This record gives sequence, structure tokens and C-alpha cells, in this order.
Amino acid sequence: MSGVPLAWYLILSAVLFSLGIAGFLFRKSVITIFMSIELMLNAVNLSFVAFSYQLKQVNGHIFTFFVMVVAAAEAAVGLAIILTVFKNRSTLNVDEMNSMKD
Amino acid sequence: MDVILFLIFAIIAVVSAVNVVVQTHPISSAISLIGVMASLAVLYLLLGAEFIAMAQIIVYAGAVMVLFVFVIMLLNAGAESKRGRSLMAQLLGMPLLIAFLALASYFIQRLYPTGAVVRFGVFQGGSAQSVGMALFTTYLLPFEVTSVLILIAIVGAVVLARKELP
Repeated sequence: MSGVPLAWYLILSAVLFSLGIAGFLFRKSVITIFMSIELMLNAVNLSFVAFSYQLKQVNGHIFTFFVMVVAAAEAAVGLAIILTVFKNRSTLNVDEMNSMKD
Repeated sequence: MDVILFLIFAIIAVVSAVNVVVQTHPISSAISLIGVMASLAVLYLLLGAEFIAMAQIIVYAGAVMVLFVFVIMLLNAGAESKRGRSLMAQLLGMPLLIAFLALASYFIQRLYPTGAVVRFGVFQGGSAQSVGMALFTTYLLPFEVTSVLILIAIVGAVVLARKELP
């Protein structure tokens, strides 16, 4: 057999996305939750590139490029927010960031 | 050869992703995430996306992860406590997650049974030339809007992270 079935790439993408969701649900450190979001974005990028191969078009690469740009901007702003929250509350645990609840 | 390379790097990616989730120390998670991103770059190369693979290494594994590691060290983040979060998330989240994964795999298998096969070198349209051509003709407006987005992100990050004025 020469060549990998396209479905394997898509299933790998689904597995990585599920692991990202798992990290998002089960972790408490806000930095790790943020990294799980990056993991999910990467998984979606993989399926974009795989579909781009299947359709023999470059459009999927452009979408991946834009996702990368937005992820970089999001990381800069999100980490600045984490810095500010840590300065004000000196905790990284998301369970303790509940001032909007009470 | 394609299959062997795919399997090697897919296994590295999945193991690193599991490591991201199960490690308690944020810096271990960050290092594992770099492993995921690097192996995904190899998979992009196998899919013929040269430009995206290089951008993945430079932007993700380089810039974004350096930012993460920098913030982890700045905040001196230690290992998080082992105490479970809400019981609801674990009881409800795990079965739903497995159901989602099973459903997604089932439909992917149904959509692409065996006919669609990825061979290295068949698709040549991922070079910097063709990506740049599409980016600066068809997608020129989104590209320009992106520059505004990045400017706003820079200003927002500086405003958020600066010292409070007295």
C-alpha cells in the first residue's frame, strides 16, 4: 500500500480536538486551559490542510494561515489578561476566579 | 514510506497531546504542546503544504509557545493541585467526549471509505508562491483586515499588561 487514507488524517484531527476539549474541561490552571484551546485550533488546521489536499486547492492553506494569525493575536491578548488577573487576584486556578458569580 | 512517516508522527502528536492534558505542571504541558505542533508540521509537509508547515514552526512552535513559556515563568506557575474540578464535568464530559469522537470517526469513515488516498508529492499547490498568489489576489481584503486585527491585539495587550497609573 502506498499512501495514507485521507480518513486517517481526519480521525487524527478529531482525536487531537477531543484531547483539547478534555484539557479544557478537566484542567484547573488557566494557562493549561489556554494551551488546550491552541491544541484545538491546531487540530482544526490539520483537517483544513487535509481537505485542501483532497480538493487540490490552496484555499484551505489560506484558512489555516488566517487561523494561525488569529491564534497569535488571541495568545497575546489572552496572556495579557491572565497577567492582569494574576496581578489582581494572585491565583491561576479558574475555580477561584468567581467574582462575577457572587 | 508515507504510511510509516504518518504513523510515527501521528503517534508522537497523540502522545504529546495526551501529555498536555495529564501533566500537572504547566511547563511540561507547554513542552508537550511544542511536540504536537512540530509533528503536525511534518504532517503538513506530507500533505504538500510547505508554506503552512514552515509558518507552523515559526509562528506556533516559535512565537506563540515562547510567549506561553515566558508567561508561565513570569507568573512562577507551580503544579496544580490534584483535587478534582466539578464532578459534573468529569461525569458528563467524558462520555460525551467519547461519543463525539466515535461519531466523528464513524462519519469520516463513511465519507471517505478507501478511495481518498494521500500520497506525498501529488499536490504541489502549497508552495509559498501559490499561497502568496491566492493571499494577495482573492483574499486581499481579509489579509488587510488581519493587519488591523493584529494592531488592535498589540494595543490591547500593551494596555492590559501595563502598570496602573497612580
